[in-house]
Amino acid sequence: MSHHVIELINVNYRYDKEQVLTDINLAVPEGAFLAVVGPNGSGKSTMLKLILGLLKSKGGEVKLFGKPISKFREWEKIGYVSQKANAFNTGFPATVYEVVASGLTKKAGLFKRVERKYKSEIIDAIQAVGMQDFSNRNIGELSGGQQQRVFIARAIVSRPQVLILDEPTVGVDAKNVQTFYDMLERLNVELGITLVLVTHDTGTVSNKITHVACLNNTLHFHGSAEDFEQVKDQDLSAFYGHDIQTIHHDHSHGVH
Amino acid sequence: MLEAIFTYEFLQNAFAAGILIGLIAPLLGAFIVVRRLSLIADALSHVTLSGIAASLFLSKTFVMFNGLNPLWLGMGFSVAGSLLIERLRAVYKHYQELAIPILLSGGIGVGVIFISLADGFNTDLFSYLFGSVSAVGRSDLYLITGIAVIVLLVVFLLYKELFLLSFDEEFGKASGLSTKALHLIFMVMTALVIAASMRIVGILLVSSLMTLPVAAAMRLAKGFKQTIGLSVLFGEIAVIVGLISAFYLDLAPGGTIVVSSIIILLAAIGYRNWFAVKKS
Repeated sequence: MSHHVIELINVNYRYDKEQVLTDINLAVPEGAFLAVVGPNGSGKSTMLKLILGLLKSKGGEVKLFGKPISKFREWEKIGYVSQKANAFNTGFPATVYEVVASGLTKKAGLFKRVERKYKSEIIDAIQAVGMQDFSNRNIGELSGGQQQRVFIARAIVSRPQVLILDEPTVGVDAKNVQTFYDMLERLNVELGITLVLVTHDTGTVSNKITHVACLNNTLHFHGSAEDFEQVKDQDLSAFYGHDIQTIHHDHSHGVH
Repeated sequence: MLEAIFTYEFLQNAFAAGILIGLIAPLLGAFIVVRRLSLIADALSHVTLSGIAASLFLSKTFVMFNGLNPLWLGMGFSVAGSLLIERLRAVYKHYQELAIPILLSGGIGVGVIFISLADGFNTDLFSYLFGSVSAVGRSDLYLITGIAVIVLLVVFLLYKELFLLSFDEEFGKASGLSTKALHLIFMVMTALVIAASMRIVGILLVSSLMTLPVAAAMRLAKGFKQTIGLSVLFGEIAVIVGLISAFYLDLAPGGTIVVSSIIILLAAIGYRNWFAVKKS
């Protein structure tokens, strides 16, 4: 078994006639914090959907934990947090506790009830994102940032080894974005969860990420965050134009 | 009233059937409402009408169909309709709500043809349209009980899967849930509940028992389980009050049940608003 948790080998994808991804080669090592950056329409979300098995690649191969995706069954190892805005109905009458418990649906197995059996796991996950005072509140009563923390709790309650986040800070107010990333860092460093984060706000995450992938239908850069520092100035402005915020990769200001 | 229930078998049937659908219609209704499928339930009930009309026509015209309970054909049409809706929603990916008017008008259209063929309206059909206190027979009750057992069992066993499907289908898919199969099971269950409920509330008002108690519960409940619990409570109150008043006032129970549900709904909205004002 390879030590890469996610591998994409020459992956292609197109919607009807529009080629969205061309020959993507990407390998995510265990324990990494990978940021996937790129302008709108660059295929970032499509790539995540291929990794999650929501879409099927048209050429090439996706491997999860060393297994071809068609043979992969241990989906509880992979947690997913989608863009909040289009993911759910805010009027849904469910409590924070119920939402987090729903993250165990697959792990518990068919015909099993989760809310009592996994009580301590659910409480732990809610605590890990600092939402313990809200567990009996309806999800619709919370702020955007709080809702997103609940969705993280739902994604980590099954104790996944990889957490995939698709622009999780869309709709989260600016002052809470930093707290949100601090929490992600804890998940990465303390729990050893591999993180794949699609994002625009590279400025905020920069001192925590270990790897960067720059996508614009093809992969323009894929490597460690340090190497990315070296190339970004000459290379990237041409591809991304004004759409990308410059990444300030400065380890010295890491006080949390 | 109690005395009447012990005396008349038809009343026993009506109340037993009423209590069963007061349980299963709001139970499934809670999922239907949060999945925004209320109108689909309405469309399906109209398809059920064409099944009932077809059955009434067949039993009138052919001797061999004489003893056939129209509920069977109604149920068959309703289940077929639920599968057809899924096909239509796949065909019109960007206009999924088109499936609703297509089935709604199609159901009534086919129904009206059979009604005309069978020589028009009679009291029997009226009882299917708006419900009846006196028309629930033993065979109806057995069928309704069977449907109730199936629905309760499926919701109990697949509760967390149905919750996830309703709350966040994409997350369900990403965690390996077979949402397509689950959705199909759900639609078939909806069709079954509609077939079961129409004897009491009537085809045209079936969807009210699936949506009004849930709408009231959502104003008051914390969480989804509580929403289901309150929906069932409100549904049962509406059915029992509706049946009693229908019996004494000699009205169609569909009407009295819907009016009771609306009173409960208004009370829930009023209570919530009053409570909100008091708090602030």
